[in-house]
Amino acid sequence: MTGRRNSMVMAAIALTTMIGMALVANALEEESAASRVPYPDIATGDGDTCVEDTDFMRRYHMTVLMHQRDDTMLKGIRSKQHSLKECIDCHAVPGEDSIPVTVENPKHFCRSCHDYAAVNIDCFDCHASRPEQDLLAKADEK
Amino acid sequence: MSTKSNSPAAPEEFDPSRRSFLGSAAAAAGVALAPGVFLYGVGAANPADARGLDEAASGNVRWGILIDLNRCDSGCTECVTACSKENGLQGHGRPATDAQWIRKVDVRDPATGHSQSLPMMCQHCADPPCVDVCPTGASFKRADGIVLVDKHTCIGCRYCMSACPYKARSFVHEALEDQKTHAPRGKGTVESCTMCVHRIDDDRQPACVEACNDTGGGAMLFGDLNDPESEISKRVAKYATQQIRSDLGLDPGVRYQGL
Repeated sequence: MTGRRNSMVMAAIALTTMIGMALVANALEEESAASRVPYPDIATGDGDTCVEDTDFMRRYHMTVLMHQRDDTMLKGIRSKQHSLKECIDCHAVPGEDSIPVTVENPKHFCRSCHDYAAVNIDCFDCHASRPEQDLLAKADEK
Repeated sequence: MSTKSNSPAAPEEFDPSRRSFLGSAAAAAGVALAPGVFLYGVGAANPADARGLDEAASGNVRWGILIDLNRCDSGCTECVTACSKENGLQGHGRPATDAQWIRKVDVRDPATGHSQSLPMMCQHCADPPCVDVCPTGASFKRADGIVLVDKHTCIGCRYCMSACPYKARSFVHEALEDQKTHAPRGKGTVESCTMCVHRIDDDRQPACVEACNDTGGGAMLFGDLNDPESEISKRVAKYATQQIRSDLGLDPGVRYQGL
């Protein structure tokens, strides 16, 4: 009786392990597409590449922005490579009315990732979170 | 490369304005490496022209505004309107606390009854008291003489507002949205006239000066007080002009003519 139960347990363990391994292999294959870890739904910007490598931007975008911030504010250096305005222009996410969304909308480029990472940003307490010319165009239509 | 001063036999392709600049620079500094190649003062003739996007504001420049009160009408508020539009200033119907970067002031001499109207904004002092008192260093003077608030470091204590003898600064009491890209503004920080620093960096005139000359009385003149060849320097050299509360010794960059 005991021997039979043991063999059944062993079979169950073997089956579970096989299924598990298959699942892991499957997960590795489709890591980016359908992972068990939920990824944020980040909108892609215009053009093929960002101003720096994507990996670099993911890790250091705030350092870059902070450096540019001080250069612009204190010295009047307004180069476009790392300017927040250019980020906002390029990464604008059109809303349902095709007007770019503000940071109030969870689909906003910055917010989509910052919500996911639970990092609060206060840039948009002062800075515009969507391109300005679109607002002007909207005002003209009215 | 040998050092030699600019000779009168400069090549003919120089236009007159550049030529006069070469002459003055050579007289002042005398560091011409070759005709048209200079060590110093490239930015002095027309600094805004010479400055690229990635170049810092130059300490050789002192931006200033001259306001001719004989041309400033009491009822005209073109400068105020232009400022609000340019910088996205919106009122909340509370005049005591609404942001105000420039305002029109009517003054009257009680002895004679003579009255005048003048625009009053940040005077961009050479020795700004707002900078002296700021506990965080947020209130600062840029190399080219423009006095600004770095809102990233402003804690909203409003000490600068008390220190300013011109009542030039405002505090933002309300949460804002859809600010202008070039003029970020936010609740809990102090702000004032930036002399349209974003326009100056783009080689343009401040919005108030432009509006005054387009649709107003043409009373305002913007330019570099450090450049003896600039229109504003010639005007302040030729005519009697005044700085308001000059007794305080703050050396404002905004001057008034006919006050």
